[in-house]
Amino acid sequence: MRPFAYVEGVSVADAAAAVHAAPTAIFLAGGTTVVDLMKLGVLAPATLVDVHRLPLGDIELDDRRARIGACVRNAQLAEHPDIRARWPVVGEALLSGMSPQLRNMSTVAGNVLQRTRCPYYRDPHSACNKREPGTGCAARTGWDRDAAVLGTSPHCIAVFPSDLATALAILDTIIYTRRGDGGARRLPFDGFHRLPGRSPERETVLDHGELVTHFELPDLALSRRSHYLKVRDRASYEFALASAAVALDVERGLVRDARIALGGVATRPWRCPAAEQSLRGRRAEPAAFRAAADLALADAVAGAHNGFKIELARHVVARALTELAARPG
Amino acid sequence: MVRLTVNGEHHELALDPRTTLLDALRDHLGLTGAKKGCDHGQCGACTVHVDGRRVLSCLALAVAQRGREIMTIEGLALGAHLHPMQLAFIECDALQCGFCTPGQIMSAVALLAEVDHRRELTDVAIRERMSGNLCRCGAYPNILAAIRRVRT
Ligand SMILES: Cc1cc2nc3c(=O)[nH]c(=O)nc-3n(C[C@H](O)[C@H](O)[C@H](O)COP(=O)(O)OP(=O)(O)OC[C@H]3O[C@@H](n4cnc5c(N)ncnc54)[C@H](O)[C@@H]3O)c2cc1C
Ligand code: SF4
Ligand code: FES
Ligand code: FES
Repeated sequence: MRPFAYVEGVSVADAAAAVHAAPTAIFLAGGTTVVDLMKLGVLAPATLVDVHRLPLGDIELDDRRARIGACVRNAQLAEHPDIRARWPVVGEALLSGMSPQLRNMSTVAGNVLQRTRCPYYRDPHSACNKREPGTGCAARTGWDRDAAVLGTSPHCIAVFPSDLATALAILDTIIYTRRGDGGARRLPFDGFHRLPGRSPERETVLDHGELVTHFELPDLALSRRSHYLKVRDRASYEFALASAAVALDVERGLVRDARIALGGVATRPWRCPAAEQSLRGRRAEPAAFRAAADLALADAVAGAHNGFKIELARHVVARALTELAARPG
Repeated sequence: MVRLTVNGEHHELALDPRTTLLDALRDHLGLTGAKKGCDHGQCGACTVHVDGRRVLSCLALAVAQRGREIMTIEGLALGAHLHPMQLAFIECDALQCGFCTPGQIMSAVALLAEVDHRRELTDVAIRERMSGNLCRCGAYPNILAAIRRVRT
């Protein structure tokens, strides 16, 4: 690990300004991504600005919304009784990922800003445009079994792995930030993560030194009936091969509104607007869910070893919707 | 200077900021119970408690632990009296080589404190909640039996 200076952030403004002022500084929250990648030599910041003690650790609720501090621990969010009742997809997504120890350490903002698990990204000796722009992409000609089938570019095919982000993508989440120059922004979750395009090293729309302070979840008609389904190589403690976050608003057997997002198969949290639209006004039944699943994967493109993910993801979407429709609601 | 509170004792250590909590415990305080398995958050051998919660000491920086109460396997017994979970691991023969055992026990002790009703802890629930602790010897059936014994 390269030597670095450790700075404890004393206020939101001060922490943002500290990173803003130093081009090679980054924020440290739970450290479960940052420390891991620093040990591997993938990240080598000269300064770590620790934000985990900032007053961003609370979950506030009223009738209309939840306001979740950026430094809320993932375990804390997963176990919160009101979050479980009003936005069940959030807790289900969190409990399907990491281990209890990791959920105790890691934060909500860190989760949404975690890095890909692409093995070439994690190996500083491999060509990787995301880690070192312009060096190429070893995954495209190498081991791409875990790579994405949606949202890829010739420059990068890496999966964005967060379960939580897949859930937040269907909930009209708003992200609040504080910039290093003192300004503040309100960013819709849709569009927060960028497609790799020609610059896979830029993963979100955040500027350098821009600190995420809160996430806001509005109360939606369909958020109480929401669900996360994840398929992985082993029964627990593993990243998704394919996952789906879904929500349904059903009245007298007819779908009034639907939300679908995919995880484990795309380069960013992946909303499926065409599939959602296809369900509106249809009967809530497996045939309609299967048709929606086909639409969700219609643009998928497989590499050499990851073609199975397309069929797998179709089944995950259809099954998630079928399970959800069967729930009393 | 980094101030650490470990098993109730206060320490002041001159540490490079790169030092993980695991390395501080093992190399600077001589507490070698927490083990370095993978050093990347994947195996659970380094599990300790920070402010009562189980965490992975290999991914925690020591400098970030100011003011926190850290407990390791060495702090679990009360004098000569082993913790009930330690006794259960011995009685159920819940180990072979023993490398993963301190992490398993710290994880299992925290697990029991995480649930409101121990009745919730079916075998399936225990397995899921212990999934962050790998055992290369495959002692899982007896680890499960030991936790079940303490649960009831
Ligand atoms: C073994 C293992 C298994 C895992 N399994 C899963 C899984 O199944 N599913 C899953 O979704 N995830 C999984 N993860 C990833 C895990 O969710 C992330 O590592 C974790 O959520 C990151 O949170 P953190 O607080 O530790 O972030 P850190 O490591 O501290 O930070 C992560 C990134 O976010 C930035 N950052 C942190 N806070 C802020 C802020 N407030 N504003 C701006 N930037 C900020 C940091 O600079 C850094 O770039 C796994 C990780 C490990 C090690
Ligand atoms: S897929 Fe992306 S992260 Fe993986 S090697 Fe290619 S450029 Fe790097
Ligand atoms: S050594 Fe910490 S999880 Fe493996
Ligand atoms: S007893 Fe040997 S690794 Fe678990």
